[in-house]
Amino acid sequence: MIAHSIFFYTFSLIAIVSAIMVTASKNTVHSVFFLILDFISISCLFIMIGAEFLGMIMLIVYVGAVAVLFLFVVMMLNVAQQKNQWFSSKESSKHIPFGLIISTLIFVEILIVIGGWKYKPEIFDINNSANLNSVSNTHSLGKILYTDYIHVFQISGMILLVAMIGAIVLTFRQRAGVKKQSYIKQISRERVDGVEVLEVESNKGVKIDD
Amino acid sequence: MTEIGLGHYLTLGAIIFSIGVIGIFLNRKNIIVILMSIELILLAVNINLVSFSIFLGDLAGQVFTLFILTVAAAEAAIGLAIIVVYFRNSGTIRVEEIDKLRG
Repeated sequence: MIAHSIFFYTFSLIAIVSAIMVTASKNTVHSVFFLILDFISISCLFIMIGAEFLGMIMLIVYVGAVAVLFLFVVMMLNVAQQKNQWFSSKESSKHIPFGLIISTLIFVEILIVIGGWKYKPEIFDINNSANLNSVSNTHSLGKILYTDYIHVFQISGMILLVAMIGAIVLTFRQRAGVKKQSYIKQISRERVDGVEVLEVESNKGVKIDD
Repeated sequence: MTEIGLGHYLTLGAIIFSIGVIGIFLNRKNIIVILMSIELILLAVNINLVSFSIFLGDLAGQVFTLFILTVAAAEAAIGLAIIVVYFRNSGTIRVEEIDKLRG
């Protein structure tokens, strides 16, 4: 239990500090790196409390795909060269107290809800209870994911497909003056278009017209 | 040192959620940081779902965390594509200079 609390406080401290650095760091590339650190520490927390599959999936999806996508866009758009002022201009300082007050209010409200919440185990009708020792987390998750939640699972696949098509359609552009292969032209080319058979008389030669 | 319970994880989720909201409100830089703050908020929601799922012994929370992960990935892809198109058209993604819809 001591080790559990030590690991919890370590990882949550890293997560909170890196979350603050995501919003506060001046360089956008640095904030992407702090986002990656945040995801890694939270997935360590997930693995620690017993949700191993989700921790690993978080590592793969967030660190491997989403954060790298962010890095690509940040480097492609060259935003690091743009001036990053942090609360510098005059009119921007008006909304800072409002933002801080609203965020603190939200935090206090959530804390009140957490503090007033009591766990009553007899209320919940637990159907999909995880047998912690007999089967692994991944095994039990797969068992209910492909049976009870199969429709939701397939809809999430459709969401990913739509997102992929949407991203491609949004960023697609046709530039003028770029040479491209035309497969239809290549395939539909006949022998008559390309080759001509000539009768060559002796001592005359062939006149080739370009 | 007290035993780590459900309340600790929920408090961690609340702190990260509030940091994400602060990041959206106080951002004066480019709009990519706002997208990253949205990712932080979704991460806080994931922490809440997973900790409830573990401490109540119900696996449905982890299934829904999986779906939130899917939606977050799709949202990041679409949002970044929109940002790339906007940057190509107007040359800036600073929050103060994006005011075309003001009318």
